[in-house]
Amino acid sequence: MSATTMDGGFCPEKAVDREPAAAAPASSVNHEQAKEKTMEKTIAVNSGTPFSERLGAQLRTMLPPVLGLLIVLGIWHVATFKGGSIPGPAQVWQAAVALFSDPFYRNGPNDQGIGWNVLSSLQRVGIGFGLAALVGIPLGFILGRFAFLSAMINPLISLLRPVSPLAWLPIGLLVFKKADPAATWTIFICSIWPMIMNTAQGVQRVPQDYLNVARVLALSEWKVVTKILFPAVLPYMLTGIRLSIGTAWLVIVAAEMLTGGVGIGFWVWDEWNNLKVEHIIIAIFVIGIVGLILEQALILMAKKLTKESAGS
Amino acid sequence: MEKFVSIERVGQTFETKKGKFVALREVDLNIRKGEFIALIGHSGCGKSTLLNLIAGLTRPTSGVLLCDGREIAGPGPERAVVFQNHSLLPWLTCFENIYLAVERVFSQKEGKPKLKARTQAAIELVGLAHAAQKYPHEISGGMKQRVGIARALSMEPKVLLMDEPFGALDALTRAKLQDELMKICEATQATTVMVTHDVDEAVLLADRIVMLTNGPAATIGEILTVNLPRPRNRLTLAHDPAYIECRAAVLEFLYEKQAHVEKAA
Repeated sequence: MSATTMDGGFCPEKAVDREPAAAAPASSVNHEQAKEKTMEKTIAVNSGTPFSERLGAQLRTMLPPVLGLLIVLGIWHVATFKGGSIPGPAQVWQAAVALFSDPFYRNGPNDQGIGWNVLSSLQRVGIGFGLAALVGIPLGFILGRFAFLSAMINPLISLLRPVSPLAWLPIGLLVFKKADPAATWTIFICSIWPMIMNTAQGVQRVPQDYLNVARVLALSEWKVVTKILFPAVLPYMLTGIRLSIGTAWLVIVAAEMLTGGVGIGFWVWDEWNNLKVEHIIIAIFVIGIVGLILEQALILMAKKLTKESAGS
Repeated sequence: MEKFVSIERVGQTFETKKGKFVALREVDLNIRKGEFIALIGHSGCGKSTLLNLIAGLTRPTSGVLLCDGREIAGPGPERAVVFQNHSLLPWLTCFENIYLAVERVFSQKEGKPKLKARTQAAIELVGLAHAAQKYPHEISGGMKQRVGIARALSMEPKVLLMDEPFGALDALTRAKLQDELMKICEATQATTVMVTHDVDEAVLLADRIVMLTNGPAATIGEILTVNLPRPRNRLTLAHDPAYIECRAAVLEFLYEKQAHVEKAA
């Protein structure tokens, strides 16, 4: 009600008539002013901070992780200095140089380069994970959209989700009669839960306002899914995908140890049988690095996609 | 009086954890074609509940609502809603937000160029042609609300429903949009129901002001016919005795007859 005087005093009709035409140049002027301001700022930053200071800042962010790594290497070196069953960093380094000089050799089905092993593990993860996404994301949408189905299936998911994916391996072996699809099946099972749950949660959390818009426009279910649900759920879905791929990469190593064939998990087991401990340590690093790359790639993708869907 | 929208003995009860909550009871109202109705009352009196009922977003517990001779059985594009918080989809540009509505309503009869032309016309109607390709987060609150209005109008609805459309805006922007809305309503002859808590807004815009009693179990307390000639000008109206009288009547209803809610709140 406080608008009484304001309404009466400030807005003659003429101003309204002029408004649309006047608004355009006014706003672009504002933009330019804003641009100028930010430019001034960046210049100020560039000239204001000397080179040494910026280098110092970079050093400060780099220092702790490098220091951590060095300390671990140091402890490792000291612990293995006098010999023993575990090789020291230098030995492992030499073995790694030899190993990575020819990562893609093939001496029969059970003796292949580390590159092939990593690639075939990635392939299994890719297939199992891809199938899980194909099933899990639509299923998540359906569960999020229909309360009855969600009430029907949620208890089952709660029951199955805590089961170690490896417990499903024998079922896979039984059904597929082969090691390779059984490992893929295990990946499928472990990847699917986070995707279902996160997608369903995302669908349930779509703001009611957007759904009201859909109802007033009486949009078709297809339009509701593509124009409202999918963009709104995307961030949740990507979280599910990221969690899934992390678990999948954890599980593949164990699954391959059990199934054999070609793959980084199998390779670890094989080198254990050959008692090449330095290779096992290399494998640990390789598994860690590949997992890190997968995770970072997905975070990057998530950032890009959600930015696009938010429209900035 | 020709009835276009009629609300007949409508009641709305919500089931809550504490038991039944009666929001509205025995609401009777007939709205003519082309009429502008303002719903006013204290917060929590069920203004928005009534608007949602006309929109079809909720169904009444008792009574019937009719629009153009048919029972309102659910929401639909013939009763467009301008939401309080604009409710634009953040991943679509202003143009695309409106296009979504235009496409839904007209795509069966018209081709893409025509649909785009309609969208462009709607966005020009609210003076936002320059912001068509911007995303909602890139424009101001007033502009967003104008896009929301453009989206509603683009559907050529039989009834335009507005839920405190200017509530979140500053006084100057609000005044500007009120003037624009008056012009648009005059040009399109849209039947409009607007929820508001602003007395001046109600008197300036409405043909009739429907005043609701305090909730719970709110109903229509009084209906005031605003007999002011159109086009209305807020500056000349400020000194118009009829305008002042209308304002006084609404203020009296809100602050004398229905005052006790203020103490409770």
